[in-house]
Amino acid sequence: MSLLSQIIQFLFTGLTIGSIYAMVGLGFNIIYNATGIINFAQGEFVMLGGMVMVWLTTAFNLPLPAGFLLSVLIVTCIGAAFERLAIFPLKKPPVLILIIITLAGSIIFKGAAMLLWGKQTYSLPHFSGEEPLHLLGATILPQALWIIGILMAVVALLAFFFNFTIPGKAMRACSVNPVAASLVGINVKRIVLLSFAMSAGIGAAAGIAFTPIVLMEFDRGALLGLKGFCAAVLGGLGNGTGAVIAGLLIGVLESFGAGFISSEYKDAIALGVLLIVLLVRPSGLMGSREAARLKEF
Amino acid sequence: MLILKNINTFYGDIHVLKNVSLHIGQGEIVALIGANGAGKSTLLNTISGIVAPRSGRISCGGSDITGMSADRIVREGISQVPEGRQIFGPLSVLDNLRLGAYCRRGSGAAQRIDDDIALMYEMFPRLHERREQLAGTLSGGEQQMVAIARALMSAPRLLLLDEPSMGLAPMVVSEIFRAIARLRDQHATTVFLVEQNAKMALKYADRGYVIETGKIMFEGSSQYLLENHEVQRAYLGRQKKPIWE
Repeated sequence: MSLLSQIIQFLFTGLTIGSIYAMVGLGFNIIYNATGIINFAQGEFVMLGGMVMVWLTTAFNLPLPAGFLLSVLIVTCIGAAFERLAIFPLKKPPVLILIIITLAGSIIFKGAAMLLWGKQTYSLPHFSGEEPLHLLGATILPQALWIIGILMAVVALLAFFFNFTIPGKAMRACSVNPVAASLVGINVKRIVLLSFAMSAGIGAAAGIAFTPIVLMEFDRGALLGLKGFCAAVLGGLGNGTGAVIAGLLIGVLESFGAGFISSEYKDAIALGVLLIVLLVRPSGLMGSREAARLKEF
Repeated sequence: MLILKNINTFYGDIHVLKNVSLHIGQGEIVALIGANGAGKSTLLNTISGIVAPRSGRISCGGSDITGMSADRIVREGISQVPEGRQIFGPLSVLDNLRLGAYCRRGSGAAQRIDDDIALMYEMFPRLHERREQLAGTLSGGEQQMVAIARALMSAPRLLLLDEPSMGLAPMVVSEIFRAIARLRDQHATTVFLVEQNAKMALKYADRGYVIETGKIMFEGSSQYLLENHEVQRAYLGRQKKPIWE
């Protein structure tokens, strides 16, 4: 394999995994913007997406598109239920307590998944076959293109939602100033509910697309959540564009590190880059522009 | 229109509003004047549902609104222009206005909202020029106009204004106050105005209340308050200076 085809190979592997990190990072940002909470259950939504999809397609023989939509819907409802049961009943809770609640939530989701589906790993068929595409000597799985495509679809939908719809603008208003938002008649608690539902749905979509190439098991959520958190922080917490760029960047760095140095150091490389960037630019890559100062999503 | 009866509000253990009772009639401009920390903003926030009173009753147009959440109270027709403007900085002026109409739904609402946006532009032509600009990049006076227009977009029966003159140049202040007077005259909006700038507030208001450390101390027509010696001495800066010689 020539160096060029190796580079292309690693680049695509990196963009694939990076797309997953980006989607998890976007989920972190949506909830952070609406509530100021870091939702540590974010990675579990990814795991649940994959597991529910496996369950639906094996137990009920659902075809792929229906299974995909239904799984996303189910996990979206789980996210909404989590907010209603664990976050909503509290009166004026401090953010730290909320964060600890999400940590508890992640443990509960993980435990429930283990009870329901056991400790074994599950797989899903690839969306459109496993016949790899060849590009300058590199082999690219069609599933990788699916994952990158789903990220692009999610980004496009979010951009439309936040810039062209009233609920999206209301959500941004809540993140800028929740008190003023309630003074124009926005039900802030409902926006919080919506943010949890959306984050869970995006996480689930990522998990479903990811399962065919990596296998899914009950405790996969934590590490994915951590990487997604890295993407969110590296991009500048609360900044959607930043999360996508940083997620892809972390994925590519990991992939090159694993390919050229050693796959043992994969996670260390991602976290090392995060540490260095935060030392130099504590606000993250996109965190200091003027729009970001005004807390733009 | 709005009636407060024996309202007591606390921040933790601090007793901020002490048995406050007042009433505002349809189509009136009523001013609430008082020093820093007297409880003026707390009173507005209690009406708006941002803080809940510990005891007492608030009713608006006959219906009891005590303890309702802030967004419900907007639907009841009470809209607040908060202190320090609190506009949505990263959103455009037009988006700020559209969000002001957030709770107006139903058939024909879209058309009426567009009509009202046109009305706001007519009232504040500067906002029309800057409609696509991010609201956070506007000058203080323009931001105050955005805040007032945003509050009016919910088509309120009662407009609560918290320190509209704060941090603004005197010329801008009179422009804002003229707009408030015009609102009442042309659109029959009832206005409850909180001000430290007592002279300006009483010049435009029909009646006024004076609040001191959480208690209503005086009430009456603006004329009466402007001529009251106590009020003059404390809030209008007409203290007779002793002459030494």
